Amino acid sequence: MSSSTAIATVNSRTDIQPAGAAVNGTEEQYVTFTVGSEEYGVNILAVREIRGWTPESRLPNLPDYVRGVINLRGIIIPIFDLRARFGGGPTQVTKRHVVVVMQVGERTRGILVDAISDILAIGHDAIKPPPDVDSGLVDAEYLSGLYTAENRMVTLLNVEKLFAGEHADQDPGPRTPALEAT
Amino acid sequence: MDDLSRFKQTYFDESAELLAVAEAGLLRLAPGEIDMDEVNAIFRAVHSIKGGGGAFGFNDLVAFAHEFETVMDGVRNAEIPVTTELVDTLIRANDVLARLLAHAADETDAPAGTTDETVTALRRFLDKTGAPAEEQLSAPADSLYPDDEDDEAGIFGDALAAIQAARDDQPATVMSAPVPEGKLRWTIVFRPKAELLLSGNEPTYMLRALRRLGDAEVVCHLDKLPSLRDLDAELLHLSWTVTLLADPQIDRAQIDDVFEFVADDCDIRISAEAPPPAIIEPADPLPAANLPEPAAPGSPPAAPTPATTPGSPGAAKTGDGAKRGNGGDHSGPTTHTIRVDLDKIDRLVNMVGEMVITQAMIAEHLRDLPPGQFQELLEGLESLAQHTRELRESVMSIRAQPVSSVFSRMPRLVRECAAATGKEVMLVTSGETTEVDKTVVENLVDPLTHMIRNSIDHGLEGPEERERIGKPRAGTVHLSAAHRSGRIVIEVTDDGRGINRAKVLSKAIEKGLVQPGSSLSDDEIDNLIFLPGFSTADQVSNLSGRGVGMDVVRRNISSLGGRIGVYSTPGEGSRFVLSLPLTLAVLDGMVISVGDERFVLPLTNIVESLRPKPADLHGLVNKCDVMMARGEYVRLVHLHRLFGIPKAIDDATKGLVVLVETEDGSRLGLVVDEVLGQQQVVIKSLEANFRRLDGVAAATILGDGRVALILDVAGLREMSRHGAGNGAITQPSSFLPAPADRSDQRQRQTV
Repeated sequence: MSSSTAIATVNSRTDIQPAGAAVNGTEEQYVTFTVGSEEYGVNILAVREIRGWTPESRLPNLPDYVRGVINLRGIIIPIFDLRARFGGGPTQVTKRHVVVVMQVGERTRGILVDAISDILAIGHDAIKPPPDVDSGLVDAEYLSGLYTAENRMVTLLNVEKLFAGEHADQDPGPRTPALEAT
Repeated sequence: MDDLSRFKQTYFDESAELLAVAEAGLLRLAPGEIDMDEVNAIFRAVHSIKGGGGAFGFNDLVAFAHEFETVMDGVRNAEIPVTTELVDTLIRANDVLARLLAHAADETDAPAGTTDETVTALRRFLDKTGAPAEEQLSAPADSLYPDDEDDEAGIFGDALAAIQAARDDQPATVMSAPVPEGKLRWTIVFRPKAELLLSGNEPTYMLRALRRLGDAEVVCHLDKLPSLRDLDAELLHLSWTVTLLADPQIDRAQIDDVFEFVADDCDIRISAEAPPPAIIEPADPLPAANLPEPAAPGSPPAAPTPATTPGSPGAAKTGDGAKRGNGGDHSGPTTHTIRVDLDKIDRLVNMVGEMVITQAMIAEHLRDLPPGQFQELLEGLESLAQHTRELRESVMSIRAQPVSSVFSRMPRLVRECAAATGKEVMLVTSGETTEVDKTVVENLVDPLTHMIRNSIDHGLEGPEERERIGKPRAGTVHLSAAHRSGRIVIEVTDDGRGINRAKVLSKAIEKGLVQPGSSLSDDEIDNLIFLPGFSTADQVSNLSGRGVGMDVVRRNISSLGGRIGVYSTPGEGSRFVLSLPLTLAVLDGMVISVGDERFVLPLTNIVESLRPKPADLHGLVNKCDVMMARGEYVRLVHLHRLFGIPKAIDDATKGLVVLVETEDGSRLGLVVDEVLGQQQVVIKSLEANFRRLDGVAAATILGDGRVALILDVAGLREMSRHGAGNGAITQPSSFLPAPADRSDQRQRQTV
């Protein structure tokens, strides 16, 4: 369990020095991370914590980007593999891999990424609309925009849409589960 | 939730309790033996519901409760004789009240005429006495103060007359007048908080109650009254000074009683003044909040016992049972309980569960330390383990409730069933104080209702038949609860005719539930009654016989992780035994391993585990294996195929087969690698953050902090049927590298 200690807890916007653009009213902070050579960003307000990789328990009969579930201080949260989600195949995890724990609506979930890279303050104006992605793997609606930071491109993700297919409402589960967690 | 709706919720919660109190009291009410305490408790309950209802403007409800209350008052004053008919009517009235409350809670209107019939029935009792009970209440009423419930003008009229005095800030009382001989003058300054009305209290009741204690002069102070523009109709801006000329036997406690329910919500100053020579009562003004004061000699403790203090029926009329949740207790001082939101307790239960797991994890790591060293650390850990265990038990006990809350509903049911079947039934209950988790208690109502109905309808004979065979006319149904080895065992026993096995068997064959010619043991025949669609009743009665009964009971019970069994002796009766876990938050499970994965099987599903010999296994056409176990063919389900788990043992003769039984009694052999051992696990929701999965009931966290899935046996059977047991269910199980490499089977070391 020792390896499961949180690397960082992101709970406040004030103690983070924005890197990049000057602070003005319309900018928001994004946590960026890498998957392979790509860099992605999510709104910092959705991020609950960042923790080291702990072995997951697999869930049966699900697509490969659902890695499984882990125990986050007593609640059970699913872990999604961002690489697999974008068609890169399942990540071969090492101890250096990182899980970004996010709050998406009512639900808490983790996404497995290679490494955290930065926290950026990004003004609304600096976000470019996503181009038509024709790879078929990632729908444009999963992306909320593109941002260029010091000659690298950051893809900003719309996390709610990205994992919308994994909501319980899609699978109401008509049969009575024998056990009701209390 | 705004303030008012919070109060409303409290009102409904309390009303539900009060209704139960009233019903329990009504059921005990029998002609001939009238317990005045009981009658008063019922009266108070109804009155409190009415009072609170008035505060929220539930007019139908108040009107009906008023009728109900009036009859109860007649009973209380011994004007209406207690007859079976009366009790029946009152019980019906209680039901109607419950319905009205339900409508009020849903914010719907009760259908017109809901109350008509019952109101007519209630009024009949009043007519018989010739005197509306209301008038009896109006003790020695002063003609100046007409004591009619609706005549608020009486009080406010006087108060308004005193406006000038109050405005001029003059003492508007007759303070200076001499106290007449043989009387005691009390001065009561009653300054309620502005929020008093929000809790459903009604000051006019209190003032009226005071007037019953003697000659009262009420002065209303309007000094706090805001201008009309600032007036908040929900708040109370008035205060009163009452000068009460009372007989000496009226003591301080009786006056305190009047304000009992509002003591915390107002500022009361009570002082007494005796005629010069007479020294009867210490007259020092006591701090108002200290109402349950021991200083009043010879007075009853704080709780009003109206039956014994005839002078203060008003004490019970203060409109709200805020401090007396169960309104009917005779035990006196306030019970020290608080209402807590269930969510908060659940969070606590959750956290404690975490502690237990963390503690287990630490223990696991420390076991690797070199022995002999770190002795203190290990000792510390030992006591930590003990504390966490105790903490867990006490937290669980917060959620625990005595089964009496379910048992207490049964007399009513027995009464109805007996009436419907024309049988005489005596219900004996024992072990009502046995405690079990709240959710279990709540889910017990339906199964027990079915079982008791069943016992009365099918089990017990009619009175004539019983007499003929030498049994007492009245049949006995015994309902008992007890703790046994970490579970609660509930038994329903009747002394009726027992299960008619010949009839059960022939019915089962007739309905195609059993193959003709098969020979079943007595036990097996008895258990046929749990099969879906089974009923022996020749006619469908109102009570039972539709064939939905015992199978529903069984399903309910097993969904709670429990089991039900039946034991019957022909001619002597039947005994149904329910065994349930004490809590739904924790489950007794068997940890099994398949490949690298671990799963938990609910212990209640497991029949046995065994390693089959090659000769026991047989292949069926579509790759579905069956196994001969104890003279029965059981279908085998390979968990690793179903779930697509690599590196698992495929050959059942090398692994283990866990024989499991689903809720409807069908069996299945689960092929797993290993059975690791029995363990209590805390049930965690998978759906809270993810979604439901086929074959998975929930999840849990094992001692090493890893998540394990709790299997849903019925779901597994479903899956294996659709997928013909080869793993492809909803989609190809691509979440693992490859389903391949089954040659890499691990050899099992131990069983």
